[in-house]
Amino acid sequence: MPLDFFLDGQNYEKIADTVKPSAEKLYDLIILGGGPAGMTASVYASRKMLETLLITENIGGQPLLTVAIENYMGYQYITGNDLSEKFSTQMKQFPIAILEKDIAKKIFAEKQGFSVGTKSGKKFRAKTLIIATGKRYRELGVPGEKKLVGKGVAYCTACDAPLFKDKDVAVIGGGNSALTSVIDLMKIARKIYLINNLDTLQGDPILQKKIKSTGRTNVRPEQMFGYSVIEIGGGNSVESITIKSKSGETKTLLVSGVFIEIGLVPNSDFAEGLLELNENREILVDCSSRTSADGIFAAGDVTSVTEKQIIVAAGEGAKAALGAYRYLVNKK
Amino acid sequence: MAILNEKTTEQLKKDFESLKDEVNLIFFKESSEKCEHCKDTEDMLEEIAAISRKIKVSVFDIDLQKTEASKYKIDKTPAIAILDSAKRDCGIRFFGIPAGHEFSSFIETLKMVSSGESGLLAKSKEILKKISKPIDIKVFVTLTCPYCPPVVKLANKFAYESENISSQMLVASEFMELAMKYDVRTVPKIIINEKEILEGAKSEKEFLKIIERVSK
Repeated sequence: MPLDFFLDGQNYEKIADTVKPSAEKLYDLIILGGGPAGMTASVYASRKMLETLLITENIGGQPLLTVAIENYMGYQYITGNDLSEKFSTQMKQFPIAILEKDIAKKIFAEKQGFSVGTKSGKKFRAKTLIIATGKRYRELGVPGEKKLVGKGVAYCTACDAPLFKDKDVAVIGGGNSALTSVIDLMKIARKIYLINNLDTLQGDPILQKKIKSTGRTNVRPEQMFGYSVIEIGGGNSVESITIKSKSGETKTLLVSGVFIEIGLVPNSDFAEGLLELNENREILVDCSSRTSADGIFAAGDVTSVTEKQIIVAAGEGAKAALGAYRYLVNKK
Repeated sequence: MAILNEKTTEQLKKDFESLKDEVNLIFFKESSEKCEHCKDTEDMLEEIAAISRKIKVSVFDIDLQKTEASKYKIDKTPAIAILDSAKRDCGIRFFGIPAGHEFSSFIETLKMVSSGESGLLAKSKEILKKISKPIDIKVFVTLTCPYCPPVVKLANKFAYESENISSQMLVASEFMELAMKYDVRTVPKIIINEKEILEGAKSEKEFLKIIERVSK
């Protein structure tokens, strides 16, 4: 890529759409993930003239799930969707190859660097990697769950709650997201079961108080504590949920919706065995965004960095890209 | 009481400074109690129109003005049809109040029609020009769904670029019978020509590919 490319404002439009991912090429850098950390890393890398491939399920990441953002500097107020679009527009001005609707399945260390095997069966090679794969909703991992996603099993209560007017539903979890989910559903559902595998709620007292003080007493949740879910039943849609107490007693509740709100898990499975993870399965990084493997960097919510914030993820993405650049320069 | 708060009004004032051409909104309401959000939608549209002279709202009653209702294929309320400055029907409909997360879909669509530019990739536009069969896209949403606006915006862009594509946003909770007919248990749920059913967010390329396939 000639240098004048970067100086010519006329070319500053959606350049990324013309750069195709190549299986033959040895990239300087492959970035896994298209959230704030990954997109920021791609821009920094491209400005350092690194040949970069970005692989992601979707462009945008977790900000898409946020309504209003009031703490990303430069914007007094912006929606998560709009901020993601601005990130994406900025990224696409640079010659970055982007592979969407695919994710890394396995990483291999090779002589010249690394290769990344994707879920769709493709393989790409690079001298360095940045892992910025973020987090996803945690699943229960019980029979019936996968089959009934979108058919009564929901991970986004805010999205789907209005579809369960006057229905009987179960909320799984005991943290803030489960309690918020109950509060949302209290305005809509007929009956709510709150199923928590622990004996107490972990959510904020203020949310617990809100549930107890709501006007519609008849929809206050029936609390089933110390129960774990063993199966979600139903043919074309959810019909029941079966739970089991610590003493082994099982109960089947008739519900048409199951809202699973048991938090988030890092998308780090593919790094298992190659990179050191902490007890939460987050990728361990040092203050220069380096992982336990030489040449692999990580940024954003998938890492052990405590603050899960958009601005922090973006900053970490920049650090990781500059780290990868320095690594390549020093290696020469 | 105003529907739009001060912050939103201020933001819209800034946003609407860049409006180019006029946008004509054809709004349908009904007087019956059944329409829970007709009054709010009408008030909202009036407040939006008061911010910019480029936005014109015409109000019709679905029961009293049946000719117009059938002309714009409106069978339920509240409904908004979007026409450009030359009063060309862009094939875009909002059924149910475009509030909550859908407010951004609505405002973005107004800005697109005013600017005359969908912002789609050149390649997408080429593909859309070649579509010769009528394509009807229904997008079921809830107002609390953050994944929904990108799908609605895309469908509206496709409708704007192609004479043969029409796009409808439908607020599931306002049209529960229809939502049940299409077995909507999660949003966004997309129905193309009554036969192709998709759930969840879609990218421009992915969504277009499916439309192309249905059109063949």
